[in-house]
Amino acid sequence: MTLFDRQLTKPLPLGRTLFSYGMNAIAALSTALALLALLSILFEIFRQGLPGLKWEVFTSLPAPAGETGVPSGFGNAIQGTVLMVAIAALLSVPFGILTAIYLSEVGKTSATATIVRFVMSILSAVPSIVVGVFAYAVIVLATLFNYKGFSALAGAFALAVIMLPIVVLSTEEALKLVPQQQRFASAALGANSIQTTFKVVLASALPSITTGVLLAIARVSGETAPLLFTALFSQSWIENILNPTPSLSVMIYNYSGSPFPEQIQLAWTASVVLLGMVLLTNLLSRLITRKR
Amino acid sequence: MNSSKAQSEVLKSESIVGGDTAWLDLSFAWFLQIIALAAIALLFWMGSVIFKQAFPAINTFGAAFLTSQDWDVNQLQFGALTYLYGTVVSSAIALLFAVPIGIFVAIVTSEKLLPAWVRSPLGFLVELIASIPSVIVGLWGIFVLIPILKPIQLWLHNQFGWIPLFSTETFGPSMLVAGVILAIMILPTIAAISRDVMASFPSDLRTASMSLGATRWEMICTVLLPASLSGIAGAVILGLGRALGETMAVTMVIGNSDLISASLLDSGNTIPAILANQFPEALDELHIGALMYLSLILFALTLAVNVLAMFIVKIFGFKHQ
Repeated sequence: MTLFDRQLTKPLPLGRTLFSYGMNAIAALSTALALLALLSILFEIFRQGLPGLKWEVFTSLPAPAGETGVPSGFGNAIQGTVLMVAIAALLSVPFGILTAIYLSEVGKTSATATIVRFVMSILSAVPSIVVGVFAYAVIVLATLFNYKGFSALAGAFALAVIMLPIVVLSTEEALKLVPQQQRFASAALGANSIQTTFKVVLASALPSITTGVLLAIARVSGETAPLLFTALFSQSWIENILNPTPSLSVMIYNYSGSPFPEQIQLAWTASVVLLGMVLLTNLLSRLITRKR
Repeated sequence: MNSSKAQSEVLKSESIVGGDTAWLDLSFAWFLQIIALAAIALLFWMGSVIFKQAFPAINTFGAAFLTSQDWDVNQLQFGALTYLYGTVVSSAIALLFAVPIGIFVAIVTSEKLLPAWVRSPLGFLVELIASIPSVIVGLWGIFVLIPILKPIQLWLHNQFGWIPLFSTETFGPSMLVAGVILAIMILPTIAAISRDVMASFPSDLRTASMSLGATRWEMICTVLLPASLSGIAGAVILGLGRALGETMAVTMVIGNSDLISASLLDSGNTIPAILANQFPEALDELHIGALMYLSLILFALTLAVNVLAMFIVKIFGFKHQ
């Protein structure tokens, strides 16, 4: 009886037990390191940035370097980020959704559609700074409406190129989820392909398409590299989309190396605002699909 | 799949025979096709525009651009080696840290080592890193990571200074710091894709291995990891692609030197970093050309890496079903 008992409960050899414990420890340590990095970033942004978060930062311009005691903020940079992201969305969302409709409704498994998908995944992997270089060559170096140089339009164009593959690939996924029967039912009632696509397929995929678009917007709102030498920066309010335009991300970069503590403080506070915008958009996109 | 395809064929032919609106359907399809072709053209447009702008530099420096260390804006002498070296080395350091940690995070979030209510928030949190704008990570790098790593870098120099890799005293910003910050930024890519690969591994094979007496970690090392190897390799290469092109965070912590140093504790430079630093002030045609040449190299490099990753995932991907 005792012999039987002992055999049933025979412990693992020491080596194998140690292996399990050792691997558990390494796994726990690795995960802890990854989380530590994330929590440290979030904690530090809020610790340094929140004290500077007053109403005036949204409504005033950056104070001249070295001046303290005057209202200082980055209203113009928020304006610039919102403006450029909006133009980028206007350019790439319609184009992206139409491309996705081609992929899911017309092209399907054809060679052209396969190439479009391949090109889109390549495009999504192109470094954002290279997209900035492209926008620099196409718009900054060219003369548009008698204006040559850095502009909000160039920045928005770069952001649009970055958004496009995200919009196309996520919209195609959304359209593919619409049951085939709905398309047949619509056609059976006499609808042509335009009516079917827009009134049936797009309408029922709308929430997931919105999620994809919002994710793309969240992604490009934080982009800095493609704006550095397309939109550049400016210390004043925006009057014209053909002028150099400030943005939150470029402002954080410019002020991060500043010798003035007020400017570094402004960079931290701008980080809180930018991170808040990005995370809120992310969260919103998740809520939309959950409600459905 | 087949039947729905046949059905849609029927649908198409019906609607074409269908009468008044047939031309509308056809022209709609053509319109969409043109849009899709324009999307393909965008990539080629990008490549050709950058090539055209780089042409003066390609003409002047040729292939020697890749092996020259000179970068002198005043003398209009340009060479890419310093930046190419920095890009490759900083990405290699990033992989060194991010690959093991990423794989362990993927195991923790896909295997049943922890209860489900801990696992899914963990995965979400690690992926949250990917949504933090890189300029914010860079700001954190300047004011938090550099001070944290400074004593470690000094210690490495004092203890192992005889190894060329640690042969210089650090100022703070260095190749090593850039590698660490890149590791943080590519960690979510590697962890999330590896997790998806592992999650798609059939649980029958897991339970079969464990019912033969393997412990959970033995099952992971002898069954799960070998079977997921190609997927993990794809994830790592995608991570590499991200690391090569990452700009802001690296620019802010690498120190932007114009010399190659054997020491990882010395400041360095990368292709994206020099583009970010010099493009806003570039005026001379040859200077712009040289920067465009650098972007072309970066473009080609990331293109090759990403196509390789897609190829690996597609060819050696899971065929469990």
